[in-house]
Amino acid sequence: MERGKAGKAGLNVVVTTMVSDSHTWNLVFLQLLLEELGHRVTNLGPCVPDEVLAAECRRRRPDLIVLSSVNGHGYNDGLRVVAGLRACPELRGTPIVIGGKLGIAGAEDGARARALLAAGFDAVFEEAASVDAFRSYVRSLPAGVLL
Amino acid sequence: MTAFGPFVARARAAGTLVVQPRMGMSEPGRMRAGLLATKDAAATTVGTLTLDSYTRTGEVAAARRAVAEGVPLNGYPITSYPSGVTRSVLHGVADDSFPVQVRHGSARPEKIFSALLAAGLHATEGGPVSYCLPYSRTPLREAVDSWRRCCELLAASRTDGAEPHLETFGGCMMGQLCPPGLLIALSVLEGLFFRRHGLRSISLSYAQQASTRQDEEAVTALQAIAAELLPDVDRHVVIYTYMGVYPLSPGGAQLLLDEAARLAVRTGAARLIVKTTAEAYRIPTVGENVRALESAAAVAAGERRSPPGATPDTGIRAEARGLIDAVLDLHPDIGRALVLAFAKGYLDVPYCLHPDNAGRARSRLDHDGRLHWSDPGSMPIGRSGRTPAAPALSSSELLGALSYVQRSYDRRAFRTSVADGVSVAR
Repeated sequence: MERGKAGKAGLNVVVTTMVSDSHTWNLVFLQLLLEELGHRVTNLGPCVPDEVLAAECRRRRPDLIVLSSVNGHGYNDGLRVVAGLRACPELRGTPIVIGGKLGIAGAEDGARARALLAAGFDAVFEEAASVDAFRSYVRSLPAGVLL
Repeated sequence: MTAFGPFVARARAAGTLVVQPRMGMSEPGRMRAGLLATKDAAATTVGTLTLDSYTRTGEVAAARRAVAEGVPLNGYPITSYPSGVTRSVLHGVADDSFPVQVRHGSARPEKIFSALLAAGLHATEGGPVSYCLPYSRTPLREAVDSWRRCCELLAASRTDGAEPHLETFGGCMMGQLCPPGLLIALSVLEGLFFRRHGLRSISLSYAQQASTRQDEEAVTALQAIAAELLPDVDRHVVIYTYMGVYPLSPGGAQLLLDEAARLAVRTGAARLIVKTTAEAYRIPTVGENVRALESAAAVAAGERRSPPGATPDTGIRAEARGLIDAVLDLHPDIGRALVLAFAKGYLDVPYCLHPDNAGRARSRLDHDGRLHWSDPGSMPIGRSGRTPAAPALSSSELLGALSYVQRSYDRRAFRTSVADGVSVAR
């Protein structure tokens, strides 16, 4: 589907995790949440290889790409994956966000989020308390925005 | 030589529940020490070699690199060590009094089966559906082909001293929120697949859910259906302590394990996979595992099997049997039947995102923890199995359902501690 065709009916969103992560309840939750907000979701499921993720996003041209990871490898995997996505000309301006449990150490000082933003993410949502922030972020995106 | 099935059968005949940890370390010396601690625990135990996630997903090169560089993995990389290393881990530990099972999670486990056989082991677990749909991107058809080859390989290892053993993981699908009728159907169907491809010693899994009464009915139904459809194999039921979002408090975690041990004994299950009080936070230590094994064994020793008819029938057995029969009617080859059943939606695992799962079925938890279908999709399930006019779960209701067991057991532990006078509030 072409980006921008979602119009007022909502965004076309790709929800995904990365190759090393087999958890799916986080992906199911995000799909329900986004659908309740009126958006259409393509859920790529667990253990998505980098090349599958890039190919699916180039084909679908989504309005938003949501990466979720809870196995503690999300920081390392996310740095690599976002570089690959931004290298695709079609995805250079696509909003791409990441959230979940991104490192193996629980609390941290924000350095992880800053590095992820610098690597190409538009927003970083760490841990469960960030659901409200994620909802606000999605609401701030114009439906079917042409970038 | 270790014989897994006969060991469990002897314990059951003696009225003793076999308890088993999940345990896997990448360093052979630590793995051996963990097995020895399991063997020496004050309980009737079997040992576990849990494999690491690189080995599970077939990334043998990554596992080898980690081993070469001394990077610790989250399990034992059985395909990265020469079989002599694994034999030395097991030497003098695994024997007739202490069988060891390999636990992996692989949709295409040929190399794992070859490696465990080369190391002298004959017991493992999984299944063509249960290790494909929840965790992998492998097409179901390919997983079925792979598991057929693996079953045949394992069955061919039969000798006078060792009857190979295979456990279904189908009764644990998704860990939580899968109604028991479907868990039973998948567990039995995988058991039938194993028997079709040569196994004669099989265990059937069932994972503890959120209502003890519903679980008791479910395991009773699983026992009855297994007796009908797998009458000619050595078989037992294995209970998994709750696999979903775990209680945060040590007291809540302990109460949940106690409940699982009682469930196993009341329903005539022969083996229990334990969880520890550290479950909500990290991979448990060997000491935490030993304490969980010993406490579960102690609780089990104080419980008795329920008399026949003790569990009210709400229709779980009929639902499970209906699903199994519908699948078996699809094709004389059970592997083909399983692939067709998922393609038609006759089997449809709720909230499972695999492309070969129809994804139309939806479940709910009611106020007392019982699981129901809010929408059975195309599965042949009658009205009685559904919640009347129940809408699908919203995102916030899903979070609530996922954490129901955690909340209720943490609350029970808090109340118990207050009642005991060791008030947390003080």
